[in-house]
Amino acid sequence: MLGLLGPSGSGKTTLLRIIAGLDAPDRGRILFGGDDATGLPVQQRAVGFVFQHYALFKHMSVADNIAYGLNARRRADRPAKAEIKRRVGDLLDLIRLSGFGDRYPSQLSGGQRQRVALARALAVEPRVLLLDEPFGALDAQVRKDLRRWLREIHDRTGQTTIFVTHDQDEALELSDRVAVLDRGRLEQVGTPDEVQENPVSATVLKFLGDSVEVEAMAEGGRVSVRGRETPVSAPPGVIGPVKLYVRPWQLQLVELEAAHLSGTVRSSYRSQGRQRIEVEEAGGQILAVEDFDGVRYAAGHPVGLRINGGYVFG
Amino acid sequence: MSEIFSPVRLAEARPAPVAGEGAGVRALLIGVAITFLALFLVLPLAAVFVQALSHGVGAYLNAFREPDALSAIRLTLTVAAIAVPFNLVFGVAASWAIAKFEFPGKTFLITLIDLPFSVSPVVSGLIYVLLFGSQGLFGGWLQAHNIQILFALPGIVLATIFVTFPFVARELIPLMQEQGSSEEEAALTLGASGFHAFLTVTLPNIRWGLLYSVLLCNARAMGEFGAVSVVSGHIRGLTNTMPLHVEILYNEYNFVAAFAVASLLAALALVTLVVKSVLEWRFSDELAAGRKH
Repeated sequence: MLGLLGPSGSGKTTLLRIIAGLDAPDRGRILFGGDDATGLPVQQRAVGFVFQHYALFKHMSVADNIAYGLNARRRADRPAKAEIKRRVGDLLDLIRLSGFGDRYPSQLSGGQRQRVALARALAVEPRVLLLDEPFGALDAQVRKDLRRWLREIHDRTGQTTIFVTHDQDEALELSDRVAVLDRGRLEQVGTPDEVQENPVSATVLKFLGDSVEVEAMAEGGRVSVRGRETPVSAPPGVIGPVKLYVRPWQLQLVELEAAHLSGTVRSSYRSQGRQRIEVEEAGGQILAVEDFDGVRYAAGHPVGLRINGGYVFG
Repeated sequence: MSEIFSPVRLAEARPAPVAGEGAGVRALLIGVAITFLALFLVLPLAAVFVQALSHGVGAYLNAFREPDALSAIRLTLTVAAIAVPFNLVFGVAASWAIAKFEFPGKTFLITLIDLPFSVSPVVSGLIYVLLFGSQGLFGGWLQAHNIQILFALPGIVLATIFVTFPFVARELIPLMQEQGSSEEEAALTLGASGFHAFLTVTLPNIRWGLLYSVLLCNARAMGEFGAVSVVSGHIRGLTNTMPLHVEILYNEYNFVAAFAVASLLAALALVTLVVKSVLEWRFSDELAAGRKH
């Protein structure tokens, strides 16, 4: 299960449509398990595509929607009527809509429509399942349930799946591997852990979560901020002024004497057992710090910050 | 899967209907509307039938026994039978192209489709005289090859097609644009050929709009006067359509026959109106089904 992650306009959906054969690439090839599919028309690619807004056939019942791909086959390849019916029944069970075969898409909720769209795509036994922002149009609770359910289905069927999302949490939770795209370029591919721990570029880092940008110096393989050394090591060959990117949890509130950075507390609030403190530097830059719950600071209180980790890119 | 919406709660949230205006105002408004309709629509229509039947049913029916009248009816039906299917095919093809694809000159094509609506029908007829008349652009060539377009069936069909050009396309373009092409794309990814997708997905989605537009197109094709009048040549029993025949009879002070043939056209209009209303009723019924659940 591969998640295509990127900001809007980064080319995720375009890439997905090219894989499906709905759009043509300017150059490059599309390989399915080693077979070149670049020249194949969309009908012969054997992909299951789930559209962002489902694109269910409004005038057909749920069962007819799911059976569409099977009925569209040439007579020689088409399963018998009874077989189609059995397959549709199985898929309805899989998407937990067993009694809904005779309903029409307009009679279903958003989450139910999404599941029907998925069953319709699975019915043709695709080589690869392609999902375009599968949960984009759903509200938060339904979204969460569907996510877990999709992962379950994936684990059970082993279906190769590529999905598009702009939501980091969704990509990191669902995918075995994440591909981060930016402005039409593939920035990094790796497991969710890899891309989070070792982002290859500032773009990937910034997209995967909050970070603070700090002016720093690289010297002798070490990075120092305001003349004080940090635990961050510089990439080989990088010497001179660099940008250091620090996650909120890599900053620690300390006494001013031991600090890399300093400023005054602007605001602080609690969220999910953590204290989140925003510190305003003298230059006006806002730094976000995360600390364990328990400390309390009033606005305007001067604080020092120590950098416990961070990222420098060559 | 938890669903948050409950229809009961939604119904409760709906505001109470606003109190209506006074009964007097309502009666006045309805009265004005009905008087207007009666004066400008029902009265003329009734007059046609009254005039047609003023000398009894026998005289009325006699008007249709005349060979010239019969030939006019036959010609009108023939013209509609050619022009309407042509416009149906063109209209669907054009709306498909405009709604589902991006290509240079798209806006120009939409403007072009509208042209027949903005040009006077007389001009539409004259275009064909300029093209195919004996002094026209292709006149010499046509004469040399002994092909008759003007003052014959081909000319009348061409003029009718030109005038009724926009009906199907104008109705379908917004409909198809609104529906987008994701359903067709879904059908293609499921292995359907383009034609199969058209038959099973596109056509069912536009069927009522299509029927509606064909109906209007047909009504116009049978009733067109101006453009056809220019290219027909008014040869009795040969190139007179029903509207032209009505004019000739009227000019000859043969009022009963004129109004008798006119009543056929009026009847056609009424049938169109009824079918159109039924279609609109079906439309809204389908739409309501989506909202009810």
